Amino acid sequence: MTAAFARSLAIAMMALASLFLLAPLVVIALSSLSPTPVFDLPLGGASLRWYAALGSLDGLWPALFLSLEIAILSTAVSLAIGTLAGIAIVRRIVPGADILAAAATSPLMMPGLVLGIALLQYFRSLGLVQTWTSLLLAHLVVTLPFVARTMIAGLSRFDFTLIDAARTLGCSFMSSIWRVMVPALAPAYLIAALFSFLASMDNYPVSIFLTDARAKTLPVKMLQYIEESPDPSIAALSTLILVATLTLLLVADRTIGLHRLAGLEG
Amino acid sequence: MSRALEEAAAPPRLAFRAPQFSAGVLLALPAVLILVVLYAVPLARLMASSFVGPSGLGFEAYDRILGDPYGRSLVWNSVRLGALTTVVALIVGYPAAFGLAFARGALRSLFLASLFLPLAASVIVKSFAWSTLMRSHGVVNGVLMTLHLTHAPIRLLFTQFSLISGAVNIFLPFMILPIYTVVAQIDPILTEAAATLGASPARAFMRVVAPLSLPGVVAGVSIVFSLSVSAYVVPTLLMGESYPTLATTIARAFLLLRDPALGSAAGAILMAIGLVVVVLSRRFGEGDVGR
Repeated sequence: MTAAFARSLAIAMMALASLFLLAPLVVIALSSLSPTPVFDLPLGGASLRWYAALGSLDGLWPALFLSLEIAILSTAVSLAIGTLAGIAIVRRIVPGADILAAAATSPLMMPGLVLGIALLQYFRSLGLVQTWTSLLLAHLVVTLPFVARTMIAGLSRFDFTLIDAARTLGCSFMSSIWRVMVPALAPAYLIAALFSFLASMDNYPVSIFLTDARAKTLPVKMLQYIEESPDPSIAALSTLILVATLTLLLVADRTIGLHRLAGLEG
Repeated sequence: MSRALEEAAAPPRLAFRAPQFSAGVLLALPAVLILVVLYAVPLARLMASSFVGPSGLGFEAYDRILGDPYGRSLVWNSVRLGALTTVVALIVGYPAAFGLAFARGALRSLFLASLFLPLAASVIVKSFAWSTLMRSHGVVNGVLMTLHLTHAPIRLLFTQFSLISGAVNIFLPFMILPIYTVVAQIDPILTEAAATLGASPARAFMRVVAPLSLPGVVAGVSIVFSLSVSAYVVPTLLMGESYPTLATTIARAFLLLRDPALGSAAGAILMAIGLVVVVLSRRFGEGDVGR
């Protein structure tokens, strides 16, 4: 087997993996156009009725807004906290930097349901019964490891002497951070924000224990729809989210390059 | 004047160290607080509560799971789901990660988009879409019948095949991306050097590339295993109640049966599996920061 043949074989494998990964997305997008109330590939005719039905779907919009609110807030807080901790870890100016790095990324490997029931019991014992607050606190633990992992990878490739250089050349401390460090870390921020936002938006196993009958997050609501009446309106909603993400990916590829982003996703 | 000179000449190292250290502690403090207050303490309390039964302290809840055949089948089902998914994802993902590293230009962007885009669709909706592909009149059976590989539709949904293929479909990006990150950084000069020194491509791969790709494999395997061993949505939608796992038992114990001791014990066993993965991955990943 020559090296060139092995290369083509590997590329063919990746092409097959791509098709395999995209298959359910194609099913979702096509099902959203179904003229019948069955979540399946439409045979004969297409309709946009399920997109129209989204507007009146019971409880969908409050769930979407709650999820967006929690995802945006927890991502923003985790980005700030994770970056500060990332600097301390990468510069090794905190005792036990390696242990802290391992601890900060370990919730990624902790089963979501376990974290969910642990937080449920804990919040109850503290008397914290407010859904919104307990969801936000829980989602900080969900999003922080994504930020920590990406920011540690991004920061460890950042040359901190550049800040000293900028200051030698007359920049103030704040403007050297703003004009040197922030642009260099922009790709890491983008990928960290994207991953932690999606992790929070799609979190079911932690949220299910912390939501109640009145306030449900989007994934909790979606599983309820699918178990009660799996009509294509959920496919329509997912297709809209997919189109938005695809647009974001196209912009990211044009401006930063997806391979640079993927390089941070170790 | 001479005092100022003396101060300027003194080694600044020691003078800098102390404030830097406390600055570092301050920087890390919010993250440490979250990890202790919202993560370590709740998990430790869950661990502790799993030892509390109706008749006081003991291993009663564990006995209910590990002591009877049904309980042991829960552990076995979880581990099997995790292990099979990880093995299949590794077999597909390892060569695919190299394919991704070899690809250039538009093809590379397309491949990367196919890894990122599925993360934007909810696991719930993707699992459900996968189940529609597996229906007896679904696409997979249609293709099999068109190719005359089968005459009548095969039952796929609620089988091991649909479960594992669905789990691989959802977790494969988490295998490919870490391996790709490591493979893309391997200096091509190394394989050229191996070739110059007379190694065949296969030998150069086995002796140079494969060992260098190991940290990526460890990262991918540990993430995919820990995600799939504790998956809840995937077995629920693709297998229903015919494949009870530790994860589905936790949800049932807390949401349906109101039996927190059972749920906590199932949770503690799942957590122990998770901790083993964390420890093993750090051991084999050689404690690489950021992976």
